[in-house]
Amino acid sequence: MKRGEGKKSGRRRLVSAVMTGLAAFCAVVVSVVLILILGYILMRGVTSINLQFLIDRPRPVGEGGGIGNAITGTLVLLGLASVIGLPVGISAGIYLAEYGDGWFGNTVRFVTDTLTGVPSIVVGVFVYTLIVIPQKHFSALAGGIALALIMIPIVTRTTEEMIRLVPTSLREGALALGAPQWRVTMGVVLPAASSGIATGAMLAIARVSGETAPLLFTAFGSRFFFEGYMDQPIASLTVQIYNYAISPYDEWHAQAWAATLVLMTMILLINIAVRFFTRKKV
Amino acid sequence: MSSSQQNVPSPAAAYGALARVWRWRRALSATGTTGDAVFRLILLASAALILLIVSLMIASMAVNSGLSLREFGFHFLTGREWNPVMGRFGALPFIYGTVVSSLIALLIAVPFSLGVAIFLVEQAPPRLARPLAFLVELLAAIPSVVYGLWGIFVLAPLLRLHVEPLLQNYLGWLPLFSGPITGIGLLTGGIILAIMITPIITAVVRDVLSAVPTSQREAALALGATRWETTRVVLANAASGIAGAIILGLGRAIGETMAVTMVIGNRPEISASLFAPSYTIASVIANEFTEATGDLYLSALVEIGLILFVVTFIVNGLAKLLVWSVTRGTSGTARAT
Repeated sequence: MKRGEGKKSGRRRLVSAVMTGLAAFCAVVVSVVLILILGYILMRGVTSINLQFLIDRPRPVGEGGGIGNAITGTLVLLGLASVIGLPVGISAGIYLAEYGDGWFGNTVRFVTDTLTGVPSIVVGVFVYTLIVIPQKHFSALAGGIALALIMIPIVTRTTEEMIRLVPTSLREGALALGAPQWRVTMGVVLPAASSGIATGAMLAIARVSGETAPLLFTAFGSRFFFEGYMDQPIASLTVQIYNYAISPYDEWHAQAWAATLVLMTMILLINIAVRFFTRKKV
Repeated sequence: MSSSQQNVPSPAAAYGALARVWRWRRALSATGTTGDAVFRLILLASAALILLIVSLMIASMAVNSGLSLREFGFHFLTGREWNPVMGRFGALPFIYGTVVSSLIALLIAVPFSLGVAIFLVEQAPPRLARPLAFLVELLAAIPSVVYGLWGIFVLAPLLRLHVEPLLQNYLGWLPLFSGPITGIGLLTGGIILAIMITPIITAVVRDVLSAVPTSQREAALALGATRWETTRVVLANAASGIAGAIILGLGRAIGETMAVTMVIGNRPEISASLFAPSYTIASVIANEFTEATGDLYLSALVEIGLILFVVTFIVNGLAKLLVWSVTRGTSGTARAT
């Protein structure tokens, strides 16, 4: 600190108070922006939502219609992505936590981290070149794989963190009882980390449920209900919102807001549930 | 030291002998080793699959963009014309749009993110910090397309009617703020991006600040530093991590697609005005990929995707290294953002 503090302390204290106040101001602004956005979604969404809207399929302008097919489509895509992405992500996470201290583990960890930051639209382009071009048409399968590719790195890293939190003494105890390594991991370590891994999985699902870009040219979207064909295009809430938002019709804009309310409710519920579970654990 | 001790095995040696026996017994029991080997192989395969996916991404996109790579070479990056009808493709307008909108986003988001993170770590009592941190995380949970919808119907009219006329009145002599006002363009895209990357930068800066040892703060306070001076010491300690957080935000801004596509105007032109419509790398892929007729058109778009992939990969890798340099050694700091 400088000498002669007596003279400067007044100014120093002022600077400190101003900067502290600015930081608090930033926090207020960011919270207000969030509340404004959520509030506006609620306000616009509530006015055009009803049961018919939730179960009907899209209709031409002026005839109403709904987002039933988009809701089921999103659920099918999420299910597909989970079936592909969760096993791969969780086992890769176990590998990194239990065996991943060498150069190979470090490489996988680094690549996984950077994969998390790869734009989702690039994943869409990749799946398009890999699956859609050979198949020659858009499909639910391609959409599910695209979402799975986004889930895998997220699930891998959270699983690894959660497994690393399990105390070594638990592993040693099981090993001392004569259990082979795989029984130790599957029977002792995984159950101990299961709630954390489930949390990570749910967050990953919440994250990909809002993805639009990778679905534009994989799942593509559809105006009909899913009929069980994985090799056909499929609707999703996000693509539906996008298509309605950029359309010129007020009626469709209103439907976009209502669909957004449904999507946001789903995502917020998952986030709050995760918050609640992790809080109980701590 | 004495010779009598050499005959008596030390506890460690005895344990080693026991461990050897135990390993032998495990090796002889069929369930132990084969089970372990198979288990480990499955896990290894999953981890290797991630490497395979990334390699496949690069290979597949390189192959599919081959036509455009051969046709235009390096000029693809410097060409200003994007004309699918004439078959001429240059990516410069998209690179310009991406860079400028991302810079606007950083200019707005970085001060706010730093402020929020400082407030959360250095100032707020835990009872306030926890719910506030949750609010900021929620901001990150809002999907891109929802930001886009909000951008079209709330932010764009707000800018068109109130903010942009004001800017033009006072700063209109700058080329940045000249030209017709539409509410749709670079500035709108940049602001939407700023809102979207604020929670990401905040979360990482928060981790980085938390990783600075408490002793640093105590030392500064003991020397008579004010609250802000103490915070500056902490910031100096965390500088490279903060740089990493900002670069991470930049990576996210570069790759963000839907929200930007919905508010930036989608016109492949380079204009000095921030009010003018523009186009980004991610947006052109989103808009034109399904309509790309002809192999050259498609391969030009895939090449743009490849550029986006390589750039974000490098940016993110750099950011991770910087963040690691600060948080390494402290537990539970890696987050899946």
